[in-house]
Amino acid sequence: MTRPVRLLWLQSGGCGGCTLSLLGAQGPDLVSALELAGVEIVWHPSLSAASGREARARIEAVASGDEPLDIFCLEGSVMTGPDGTGLFHRMAGTDEAMMRVIERVALRADYVLAVGSCAAFGGITAAGGNEVGAVGLAYDGRQAGGLLGPDFRSGKGLPVINIAGCPIHPDWFTQTVQQIAAGVFDERDIDEWQRPLAYTGHLVHHGCARNEFYEFKASAENLCDMGCMMEHLGCKGTQARADCNIRAWNGSGSCLDGNYPCINCTAPGFEEPGHEFTQTPKISGIPVGLPTDMPKAWFVALASLSKAATPARLKDNAARDRMVTLPRDKARDAGGAKPGKGKQ
Amino acid sequence: MSGEGTRLIMGPFNRVEGDLEVRLDTSLDTVVSAEVSSPLYRGFERMLVGKPVHDALVYAPRICGICSVSQSVAAARALARLSPAAVPEAGGYAVNLVHAVENLADHFTHFYLFFMPDFAREVYAREAWYAPIAARFRAIKGSAAREALQARASWMEIMGLLAGKWPHTLSIQPGGSTRAISRPEKVQVLTLIRRFRQYLETTLFGDKLEAVGELASTEALHAWSEGRSSDFAQFLQVARALELDRLGRTRNAHMSFGAYEQGAGHLFAQGVWVAGAVQPLETASIAEDVSHAWYAQMAGAHGPLRDAPVPDVQNEDAYSWCKAPRLGGQVVEVGALSRLLVDGHPLALDMARKGGHVTARIAARMLELALVVPAMEGWISAIDPDAPFIDHSALAPVGEGAGLTEAARGSLGHWLCADAGRLDHYQIIAPTTWNFSPRDRRGVPGPLEQALEGTPIRPGEEEPVAVQHVVRSFDPCMVCTVH
Repeated sequence: MTRPVRLLWLQSGGCGGCTLSLLGAQGPDLVSALELAGVEIVWHPSLSAASGREARARIEAVASGDEPLDIFCLEGSVMTGPDGTGLFHRMAGTDEAMMRVIERVALRADYVLAVGSCAAFGGITAAGGNEVGAVGLAYDGRQAGGLLGPDFRSGKGLPVINIAGCPIHPDWFTQTVQQIAAGVFDERDIDEWQRPLAYTGHLVHHGCARNEFYEFKASAENLCDMGCMMEHLGCKGTQARADCNIRAWNGSGSCLDGNYPCINCTAPGFEEPGHEFTQTPKISGIPVGLPTDMPKAWFVALASLSKAATPARLKDNAARDRMVTLPRDKARDAGGAKPGKGKQ
Repeated sequence: MSGEGTRLIMGPFNRVEGDLEVRLDTSLDTVVSAEVSSPLYRGFERMLVGKPVHDALVYAPRICGICSVSQSVAAARALARLSPAAVPEAGGYAVNLVHAVENLADHFTHFYLFFMPDFAREVYAREAWYAPIAARFRAIKGSAAREALQARASWMEIMGLLAGKWPHTLSIQPGGSTRAISRPEKVQVLTLIRRFRQYLETTLFGDKLEAVGELASTEALHAWSEGRSSDFAQFLQVARALELDRLGRTRNAHMSFGAYEQGAGHLFAQGVWVAGAVQPLETASIAEDVSHAWYAQMAGAHGPLRDAPVPDVQNEDAYSWCKAPRLGGQVVEVGALSRLLVDGHPLALDMARKGGHVTARIAARMLELALVVPAMEGWISAIDPDAPFIDHSALAPVGEGAGLTEAARGSLGHWLCADAGRLDHYQIIAPTTWNFSPRDRRGVPGPLEQALEGTPIRPGEEEPVAVQHVVRSFDPCMVCTVH
């Protein structure tokens, strides 16, 4: 008889938004998704009945090694400040810095999951001067290390699995956990930042509803416009690694569909882009950040060529918040539909 | 074990948003006094200083994953003080819709996932009502969890349409909404609202929303609940059996910044309710006291547009990262009950005649579900899909101002100053900062600390279940509280 896959979830320096996003899982819902994967929740701060002393006992049983732990999930950054004490987050009900609890639990788990960009890299909590010393489990921004160190390996010999995103899409989590529970998640399933390739094998650009505007460099000028947001509005969809425009958010959406740019929230350091988020930094009119794997000379050449060829329809629509010129089948206007000449 | 003069520390206090610890001094059978501690500090107010002004719209929603849109709305309104932009009517409705989806989802999530599972605790196993309640509301495994998650997820599909995604949208801007709504999308949104209405009317209430919204007295509410098997009716039956109207009593003033702008006013009015009378809100008299919080002590409080407390773990009187906001030096309570009191809803007024309590706080949230969903149907229908949804007037590089709104849990304000196009001051006072504030320099406890005094402890209880009800009746959001 196989026992259930035991999952413990802790939160630290974050907003709880990854849990809240996860509650929106659909087809199936979160409870069903975990049940189908054979996962038992040892404790989750938003979902479990156990509180206070009982919750501490469950966490301690795992941290001490008395009870096994298959999957440890951390949501939120590890708070190392002030002055390395970790006291910006003391675990409620105890005198212990949360970072120590996180470390003790992580060392016991077969798989360690950093849920969201905060837990993976420090994320938004590490923005500004990072006075609070927010770091990820195995990264401090782009620097390998974080709380657990660059050489950390979990019980099954894997590095921390970084389900980066701000927030995560619910499927990024549920599918990773299902794959782990099925025993078919290994090194081949993660990318260079240890993110699951299932979603970072794509660019946000893939499936973007604005692709035609991109192809002809027909650009949006304001937040709300239909055109491509790369040239003026800071969109990083051609560089960002995620499947946001292939896998719908909340039924049908994505940032791009909401008419605002991709801010590359799955990448380490996204919280400090070095420019205003919704403005594209440029040198001599050319965006500094070019599409992934695109040589600059070719980008410039193709952009000027495609700008010269932009259809009027795209020019009309690019800087509008709704289509003003629609595609239209010329066959209809040329009298191509001749009912009298149809087959007998 | 509870004994005479025992100190009890409860934490991690879960099924709240974020980190919470509650420290109690107890006698044999009662809570004598309480201290509420927020143990996590992230430093958003200091992080924002130096950022390009518009970037507040990226950082501020990430203060909180459950009140993300409320944080966006407050930031956008504060930024709007730097601009002549006037939100066009259709944009105002779009923002209201997105905001209402979040606020109502929070009420709904609180009821099903955070609050009700406590009635499935073993301590109640001998109560006559226990078996069906436990089967329905037990954490994770009860029949309600799955149904509620499905209804909630389908409700959040409105976010996919109108805000791109949730949480953490950038669709809410100082000048309105980035997402124009087309004619066919109006019908899609209306259909999603009706789908949620259907769940509420079938499962949560077992009655028309309009009938629930018209309940005008405690007596009428209880008469309505009798013999009804809906989820809310079941709660009311349990609440009566356990006398939850005697738990978590407070006698504070109630404040609302005004919820859902409509023309010159709000769907729920702005004001301060004090002992039955509504007074105008004087935001200039809001100030934060840090005498019992881990911040460097200040010479006096000058309000959130001027004060910017610096963290300091050396303050020996401190027991929380939460500051203590006061209105004219007074403790005020915020939330759904406060909104309905200020707005004069007869059921809220009747329930809170002798002060706030657990039943009133829960019922007020349910009442808002019944009142706001019909308003949303009105907003989506009133949208002219050919009209503008956003005004793109530029933000001035220099200026200051406040952005006020009502999150699910109550009044939320952002106060900012800008210079040379960058933020040089940013302060946030969130709903639970008001409700879960520590003591102030006069030693006056915050609303939850007051509400916990006198809470009964059952014989042999190590972590009193009544304390759990009182704390969760406020639906605290701790990540907002300290930010």
